[in-house]
Amino acid sequence: MNNITNLTVHELVEKLKSNELTSEEITKAYIDRINDKEKDVDAFVTLTIDDAEKKAAEIDKQRKENKETSQFAGIPIGIKDNLCTKGVKTTCSSKMLENFVSPYDATVVEKLNKEGIISLGKLNMDEFAMGSSTENSAIKITHNPWDLNRVPGGSSGGSAAAVAGDLVPWALGSDTGGSIREPAAFCGVVGLKPTYGLVSRYGLVAFASSLDQVGPITKDVKDNAMLLNIIAGHDEKDSTSYDIEKKDYTKNLEKDIKGIKIGVPKEFFGEGINEEVKEQLNKAIETYEKLGAIVEETSLDVAKYSLAAYYIIACAEASSNLGRFDGIRYGYRAKDYTTLKELYVNSRTEGFGDEVKRRIILGTYVLSSGYYDAYYKKAQKVRTFVKNKFDEAFKKYDVLLTPVSPNTAFKIGEKCNNPMEMYLADICTVSINIAGVPAISLPAGVDSNGMPVGMQLIGNRFEEEKILNVAYKFEQEIKFRENHKPSFKK
Amino acid sequence: MTVSKEELLHIANLADLKIKDEEIDKYLNNLQDILNYTELLNSVDLKDLDETIGANDSCNVFRKDEIINFDNKEGIMANAPEKERNMFKVPKVLD
Repeated sequence: MNNITNLTVHELVEKLKSNELTSEEITKAYIDRINDKEKDVDAFVTLTIDDAEKKAAEIDKQRKENKETSQFAGIPIGIKDNLCTKGVKTTCSSKMLENFVSPYDATVVEKLNKEGIISLGKLNMDEFAMGSSTENSAIKITHNPWDLNRVPGGSSGGSAAAVAGDLVPWALGSDTGGSIREPAAFCGVVGLKPTYGLVSRYGLVAFASSLDQVGPITKDVKDNAMLLNIIAGHDEKDSTSYDIEKKDYTKNLEKDIKGIKIGVPKEFFGEGINEEVKEQLNKAIETYEKLGAIVEETSLDVAKYSLAAYYIIACAEASSNLGRFDGIRYGYRAKDYTTLKELYVNSRTEGFGDEVKRRIILGTYVLSSGYYDAYYKKAQKVRTFVKNKFDEAFKKYDVLLTPVSPNTAFKIGEKCNNPMEMYLADICTVSINIAGVPAISLPAGVDSNGMPVGMQLIGNRFEEEKILNVAYKFEQEIKFRENHKPSFKK
Repeated sequence: MTVSKEELLHIANLADLKIKDEEIDKYLNNLQDILNYTELLNSVDLKDLDETIGANDSCNVFRKDEIINFDNKEGIMANAPEKERNMFKVPKVLD
């Protein structure tokens, strides 16, 4: 019965409602699929299959007894391993937290639990969410289901690969500079980075607090809107979360997009963007014109400045946030030390991987006395510059359309030795985090290697409804999932 | 700006990290590459622009100063690398 794992969550919900499927059947189908494919994909850091089976049986029992349950009760999910889960390891794919068991649940995890959604396990990522390929994981390398020799993107690579490979029906990721959208693009699934402040960050292990957001990675746009419905909302435990009226993000999906104004910033299609990526996006533009949208070329020269500012701001915040890992209260502690300083230094030096150390050092440098004004302060001003540019663009356009990444998924090992080259994979996504606006990544087609090409739709703050609507109409038109499937090619 | 070896080691010490002799060149090159890239920020006209501290423009958020009990203290202590009774154990700080 492996066609169960091919269904979207909204299809599973219908089948649960009509008693065509039970939660146990759905959960069992996913466990079988994991047993079959996980050895090829390596998406999970921790599996919680036994617990999932028990919960599924419990929910079926509740349904049978006609107890009130959420429509999502009994639907499985996968969770990125930087979201705290009570009683289950949260490793951030780091040696530093290899044995860390969170004493509490992240707010988004609590929300999933409240709906009766069942976790199948924790998903692999770049260590502390720092990376664009999931190769920085200290635990394992995750493989892209479309071609197992290629990376799934990152840092939420485990989440995107698991959804693409049907190992989970949907997943949670986190996005600081593109970490949901780039892997979603590389794996041919749908990923949304919500407006900063729409979703609580409580229990998300902090990387760069002013940029981090939790968001959904799903098979299609409707599932994405449904998962956003569940996780969005104010949380008193995260004072940067906004107290705004709760919306139903599925409500406007089908709305006609005739007359909607889409801006295409030419700077996002310039040097360094692969021709095949451009070609697929030009086709997408034609599709939108056919649907009656008004598509115009525009100028939004923010990408390269944002990337430069991003690496200053994100690393500065990371150097501060990761100061807490000192080997005292939790996390890795070195075996050899005599003084307290040695305990700190040895634990951190042995517990963190290369990329994490590189960013902590850069962050400490730009914040250190004498350099603060030249780097950090300047980057914060550039942030204002970028926000203003987006504000101007959204005066003219409802939505902006760009690539997600300059290229499709690259080969494992291809960019490992050159950090700067790896950072450039984020050139199209970081400005969105810098400005705090929402953006969705969805598949627009495939390249000549059969690898998915992602399209990014950017909206104004708290206008998730609009980008989901514009994404949904496109998805209905090109029917990507019906026409393309991951091959698990070795 | 060019980063010297001495500066790199000073920064690493501030961050409680140790860089091995054979890693110094690699870290220096990586750091220099990124700092060179950030030079392009000098071409942005930042005159009259304020700094953006966070992505949203919320001001202070206050809450009542009250004690809320956390019910899983065992869960917290279970992660301690070394403990004695209900306390985290560290090397001697004072002689």
